[in-house]
Order: sequence, then structure tokens, then C-alpha cells
Amino acid sequence: MEGIADLGGTTGWGPVRPPRRDEPVFPERWNARAFALTLLAIRVSGRNVDAFRHALERLDRNAYLDDGYFGRWLNAAELMLTDSAILAPGAVTARARVLRGEQIPEPPAPKPRKPDYKPTAEGSLRTVDAPAAFAVGERVRAKNMSPTGHTRLAGYVRGHAGVVAAVQPAALLPDTHAHFLGENPQYVYTVCFDSRELWPSGSGTDSRPFKLTVELYESYLEQDS
Amino acid sequence: MTSDDSTPSAALRTEALEQLLVERGLVDPAVVDGIINTYEADIGPLNGAKVVAKAWSDPDYRRRLLEDGTAALGELGFIGTQGEHIVVVENTDKTHNVVVCTLCSCYPWPVLGLPPSWYKDPAYRARVVREPRAVLSEMGLDLDDDVEIIVRDSTSEVRWLVLPQRPAGTEGLTEEQLVPLVTRDAMVGVAKVAAP
Repeated sequence: MEGIADLGGTTGWGPVRPPRRDEPVFPERWNARAFALTLLAIRVSGRNVDAFRHALERLDRNAYLDDGYFGRWLNAAELMLTDSAILAPGAVTARARVLRGEQIPEPPAPKPRKPDYKPTAEGSLRTVDAPAAFAVGERVRAKNMSPTGHTRLAGYVRGHAGVVAAVQPAALLPDTHAHFLGENPQYVYTVCFDSRELWPSGSGTDSRPFKLTVELYESYLEQDS
Repeated sequence: MTSDDSTPSAALRTEALEQLLVERGLVDPAVVDGIINTYEADIGPLNGAKVVAKAWSDPDYRRRLLEDGTAALGELGFIGTQGEHIVVVENTDKTHNVVVCTLCSCYPWPVLGLPPSWYKDPAYRARVVREPRAVLSEMGLDLDDDVEIIVRDSTSEVRWLVLPQRPAGTEGLTEEQLVPLVTRDAMVGVAKVAAP
């Protein structure tokens, strides 16, 4: 899905933050609560990790950025819970206002509407009968596609060619799993790209070439003739 | 009551969310506490430091670690959420690996714990796949021109762990003595391990 979350190669972000020694895992208390509540919200809303990542992707710019990593987790948790009608839209904000002393009505709890979904096994790895379509050393091209829903095909890789560096274990496909449309298990490939294939020379790009690998699901790839 | 049009803070909204879920019996606050405790106390980069120290001290473990990371980490009990399939790559004089997740912040939790703030920032996620040498320099690591950089973008459930080089001058140290030298930053690839 096109959106703020697909950050690879985007510009204008300024300098990186140098590592700090002994940085706390949760700098503020609410970070810790938000983190744990979000993990639980995936199960309470009857969803899965891929649907959670898609909830993050659907946040608008402010909801994604303004309160940092844990802020976007909190917002994605709320989105999953309202999508599944566990919470009413606006319920969290209304309760927060009440907590700071405002006298406002809170929306009633809706009737839950969880997705028709159950995982077939733990985790994401699966077995497939068909052999892997591509082999180590083979040249492949990432399809120039941009699904409206969830995908793990990063925008900066679309349409570019690289070499299969490894065939990873088959796994369920996030693109359909996030929408409860099936697991579609398939092989995953570590594809190695030359930086000169991906990036224009000039500002914002290292002058010395480098290599970059990404994992790409089989349905993201085609042979590069 | 004065009315306040500002959106409540993330802290207040988190409290609100927890209240709403707990009062409906959907979440147990003790379970919330337990998850927090796990990632504050039990699972962190010390796990990875033990793996690296062992790999430096035991050539056969090193070989197993590079051949099948998940299994070798499993030997030490470092399995779990976000660690279904972990690949370990070694940094050498000629090759430097650095890890990122541009799409969200995926990270090998069982062996390194939760990611540090810089890893999750848009600046790192956006820039390290495009100008890794400049990013590493900003973070304090300057690599020689003849070192090849390989950036690993974690776009699937495969997770990446860097096996950093053992620093010169540590030949006499025991495995136990090596553990505190190994930093989280070195296992992501934005730093090297320094000798004591």
C-alpha cells in the first residue's frame, strides 16, 4: 500500500540519531503499556501480525509520526479494535477526555464483528509441495505492482532486477493473510541488488556502490530475461 | 469544567485504552505487566552477546551459527516471537553487513530484545538503504573505502543478526570475559566491537 510507512529511500528526514548507551527499552511508562496492549489487541480483535502491520500502514501521517514508534502502535491497536467493532470509533479519545476531567458522553460498546479468520498453524512458516520457482544465482525482477492493500514489496525495489542470493523457507503471504483472504504459502527469496540499479547517483545516495538484500515473496517476482 | 479542544496525549489515550479493555474483561492488567517485564528484564541484547562470545570462542559453534542461525540460537534457548527464522551474517575485513526494516522496524527480538529508538526512526529506515556509508559515519562508524557494504532490509519474517569481528587484543579473554564487550549496535551493524 502506498503511504507514509514505506520509507525506504525517501528523503527529507534529516540526520540519524546516534546510539545512546543504556537507552531504556521503554523511555516513558506509557510506551510499555502501549506496546503490551497492542500485542494483546491483535488477539482481542481476532486479527494477525500482518493485519497489524497493515493497520500501521493505514495511519495518516500525523498518526504515524507524531508520537513516535509507540504512538503509532497505540493508534494501530485502536484501529484494529474499531475495525473489529470491539471498541466504538472515538471511544479511546472520549475516555481520555473523561480522564482529564471533561464531562462528555462516551459512545456505547458496539456489537463485536471480528473477521472470519483462524490461523492454520503457529507462526508464518509453511510447507509447499511445488518446488521453488527460482534458484540461487538466477536473475529476477521485482514486479512493478502496487497493491491497494498490504504488501511487503517495498516501493523502492519495484521494477528492479537483482540476483537470488538464497531461497528462504516458504511462508504464508502477508498480502492475503492481512486481509483474511488465505495463506497462499510460497517460497521467499533473498534477492541481492546493486545500489546503482536502485538509486540515481547524486545527493542522498552513497557515491560508492554497495549491495542491498531484501526478502521477496515468490509472487512479487518474475524472471529477468 | 473548561473545555479543552486539544487531542488528549498518547499517555492519556494509552491509559484510556487499557481501562476500556480491562473493564470489559478483554485484557488482564497482570498479563500486560508480564509482557512488559519480559522485554525489560528477560529478553535483551545480552542474549546476542552470549551468542557472539560463544561463536568467537568455539569455531564449531561459529560454523553452525552461520549455517543455520535459528538452530544454533535455539541451542542456547533464544527462540520465540519474531525469531522464527534467523540468518546470521559475519562482518569481515572486506564485508560489512548492516540491518534495517524499512517497512516497519522488524528486529530479531529473541536474541536482541526490542529495537532501540534510532532503528525505528524514519531517518534510519529511509536512509540506510540509500546511503549506508554516510549513515554509518553519522552514527560514528567510518569504514575503509575497500570494505563492501551489504544492507539487509528485513521485509519478510526472516530476521538478520550480524556476527561482528572479534577485536584484536582479546585473544586471551575467556568466553565469559568477551560477553560484556559485545554491544547491540555491533550486532545490528552500526558499530564495531571495541577491545577493552
